[in-house]
Amino acid sequence: MRAPFPAMMAALMIGTVGLSGCSGGGNGKGSVELLNVSYDPTRELYKDVNAAFAKDYQAKTGKTVSFRMSHGGSGKQSRSVIDGLSADVVTLALAYDIDAIAERAKLLPANWQSRLPDNSAPYTSTIVFLVHKGNPKGIRDWADLVKPGVQVITPSPKTSGGARWNFLAAWAYGKKAGGSDAAAQKYVADLYAHVPVLDSGARGATTTFVERGLGDVLIAWENEALLSEKELGAGKFDIVVPSISILAEPPVAVVDANAKAHGTEQVATEYLKFLYTPQGQEIAARNFYRPRDLAVLAKHAATFPKLDMVTIQDFGGWAAAQKRFFADGGVFDAIYGGQAKRR
Amino acid sequence: MSNSNPTTIESPWARRALIGVGFLFLALFLFLPLVMVFAGALAKGWSVFFETLVDPDALAAIRLTLLVAAISVPINAVFGVAASWAIAKFDFRGKSLLISLIDLPFSVSPVVSGLIFVLLFGAQGWLGPWLTEHGMRIIFAVPGIVLATVFVTFPFVARELIPLMAEQGRDDEEAARSLGANGWQIFWHVTLPNIRWGLLYGVLLCNARAMGEFGAVSVVSGHIRGLTNTMPLHVEILYNEYDFVGAFAVASLLASLALVTLGVKTVLEWRFGIHRAGAAH
Amino acid sequence: MLRTKRRSALPGFGLTMGMTIFWLGLVVLVPLSALVIRAAGMGWEGFAEVGLSPRALAAYRLSFGAALAAAAINAVFGLLIAWILVRYEFPGKKLIDAAVDLPFALPTAVAGIALVSLYSENGWVGSLLAPLGIKVAYTPLGVTIALVFIGLPFIVRSVQPVLADLGRDVEEAAATLGASRVQTFGRVILPAIAPALLTGFALAFARGVGEYGSIIFIAGNMPFKSEIAPLLIITQLEQFDYNGATAIACVMLVLSFAMLLFVNLLQAWRAKRGTR
Repeated sequence: MRAPFPAMMAALMIGTVGLSGCSGGGNGKGSVELLNVSYDPTRELYKDVNAAFAKDYQAKTGKTVSFRMSHGGSGKQSRSVIDGLSADVVTLALAYDIDAIAERAKLLPANWQSRLPDNSAPYTSTIVFLVHKGNPKGIRDWADLVKPGVQVITPSPKTSGGARWNFLAAWAYGKKAGGSDAAAQKYVADLYAHVPVLDSGARGATTTFVERGLGDVLIAWENEALLSEKELGAGKFDIVVPSISILAEPPVAVVDANAKAHGTEQVATEYLKFLYTPQGQEIAARNFYRPRDLAVLAKHAATFPKLDMVTIQDFGGWAAAQKRFFADGGVFDAIYGGQAKRR
Repeated sequence: MSNSNPTTIESPWARRALIGVGFLFLALFLFLPLVMVFAGALAKGWSVFFETLVDPDALAAIRLTLLVAAISVPINAVFGVAASWAIAKFDFRGKSLLISLIDLPFSVSPVVSGLIFVLLFGAQGWLGPWLTEHGMRIIFAVPGIVLATVFVTFPFVARELIPLMAEQGRDDEEAARSLGANGWQIFWHVTLPNIRWGLLYGVLLCNARAMGEFGAVSVVSGHIRGLTNTMPLHVEILYNEYDFVGAFAVASLLASLALVTLGVKTVLEWRFGIHRAGAAH
Repeated sequence: MLRTKRRSALPGFGLTMGMTIFWLGLVVLVPLSALVIRAAGMGWEGFAEVGLSPRALAAYRLSFGAALAAAAINAVFGLLIAWILVRYEFPGKKLIDAAVDLPFALPTAVAGIALVSLYSENGWVGSLLAPLGIKVAYTPLGVTIALVFIGLPFIVRSVQPVLADLGRDVEEAAATLGASRVQTFGRVILPAIAPALLTGFALAFARGVGEYGSIIFIAGNMPFKSEIAPLLIITQLEQFDYNGATAIACVMLVLSFAMLLFVNLLQAWRAKRGTR
């Protein structure tokens, strides 16, 4: 039974590929196809970016470029690339997930983050609160989230990249307010005691808050909050900007090994560089991501208020933060282990 | 059924109460969710409903779902017939073990059903390097989706046929044998006519499940829009894009496929009066 | 091990058994062995640390507990539905008979979204229950409801044919001997359909334990409270810990397989007893 096994698989595969008629990474003479593997909230952003870049690229080189998009939870997408999803570029929620691709599958060098400006994060975001219209519970800052009777919606940092930014922003507040790691942990534990549901992803949490009407405040990416406020439930929600938050840097990278195999290295690099151009920055800002370009940021100053922000470097980088807070037996587990014992 | 012997039939009010409770239960657990799906789909009227369905990505998802079902259902049908012939027409030791192994995919979590193929065919898996070397792709492409679907729907046809064929015994076949028929002739002219409606029932259920599978396919699909998204995955994508009407529209199409499947089954049962015992698990 | 006991005069055993074993091996056993070998590779301590951690045990308790509760609810109502479908005539019977299979056919994610829309506090049913202080969505109760939906057809379709085949003469005899209708049901009918009911119960239970798609939307995913075992597998994967994921998967696999084997042995035993 050993011998025919790969042969059977091959037969099955050839048959099905033949029937389905197409396979990814097309590399014809005048046209290229890029596969961008991204995380959940970037759908609208890359729809616009792809259209603009395709036009720009055609004008400059006369070649057409088309795009395939894959969206999902950041960690799941990273795993898919590690397991063989042949992404030309990855645009994920946190550097940790691209580090994992570099470390486990060796598809790009370990120093990938230094290849593009600004830690390879062409746009940023931060963590803010979304509350019901008129802010009935009077939420002004992090301290208000742990008042009696307030229900907080945030996804599980074990399964959601966005939720890890939420957790770290809360930690930053706890540390600033209480002055120590112990105080920070106590604050965060209090906060999670006010969380009735831990959705598995950021979009699930938004749906829980907006559609199911659960909770008084949603801790969310600023871009998601703006999108919800402006488009999902226009006139139903307000955004509250806390006193301190974290600079969320969703990074982008060319997956060298895949791009080389598809012959798309150059166009993939051009694509990511396009994100840093004024035009790319403008598109990011219009999709509620904070642009790095100061001129573009100034133009959208009304949308993006200034606030005090820590960065991931204040936590010693993603590898350290992941190990300390979110890995099995880390701080997050301790919080829930503690809760279980109290019950 | 119309036995009116008063000693074996409940009083009219008891009958009505039982029917009432049955209706209420089904309403709460079966019909309301279904109504919900269709209400959501039509929340913004028919035109939005149809727009969602003719979107190129939606059409690609529909095509892929039909393709996957068209490959995996016949595979499982052939397997199911072979397995039930071996199991129902012959006696051997370890039969319960073999049936349990066939049942196994019923109880494996869909997440795990996807994971095992990643462990096998993923770039870091057992066969991954060999596949990459030969330029073949299984997961994050159609073959992986087919494999996961075949795995999940593996028991349906066999599970349908085994009790039916066991009940029918082998007298007919042995009679044909004594008249000089060969194996194929026996199967074709004796067994198949006996089991064809049970087989169809199994195929229909298998098909319904194949088109609706979400968990396992989600793990091996890669979620590439217009390429490796099946209908259930497309529902999830639309839902995550806050396009609830679109999500429910595609979902209602899937539910309609399910209802059509069930309708076909009911018509066939009514038309040919299939012995219901064959439907038992 | 697979040796014919009594010679059957029919041909094709070798061919069909060969095909069965080959396909079973190819599609089910080889992939599943990848799982087992992967989990075995991490050693007992590593395995127990993840697969038998307090959090994992709590998740098994919920997954198995909710599956058990749902199967029990379905045993009662599934039996009732099978009963009215077999014994009574009423308008819409054909429709109901067909609709029982719906949970097999509806994609689990769609079922989950529909159920959470219904049972959340601003949903059609949830808003009626909320004033009574009953919360369904995001609680273990919600998980159970999703599993009731998933498991219903298994019970109905197992019991229905047996109930249809059940002769009325024994019931009549019981009635002539002065037994009430309830007594007849408890002493005569129930024992006759018990094995079929058990089979349906076990299949619904096994299916419920592993269910993910429909539950993830309606469970609250709170550790130790409303977190199901398949979600823990996802959590492990999220940390790129494939071994941890396989450990939990293996525990679930072994428990489910033991359950199925038990039921099938029971069936074989019943069949044997029936022929004697």
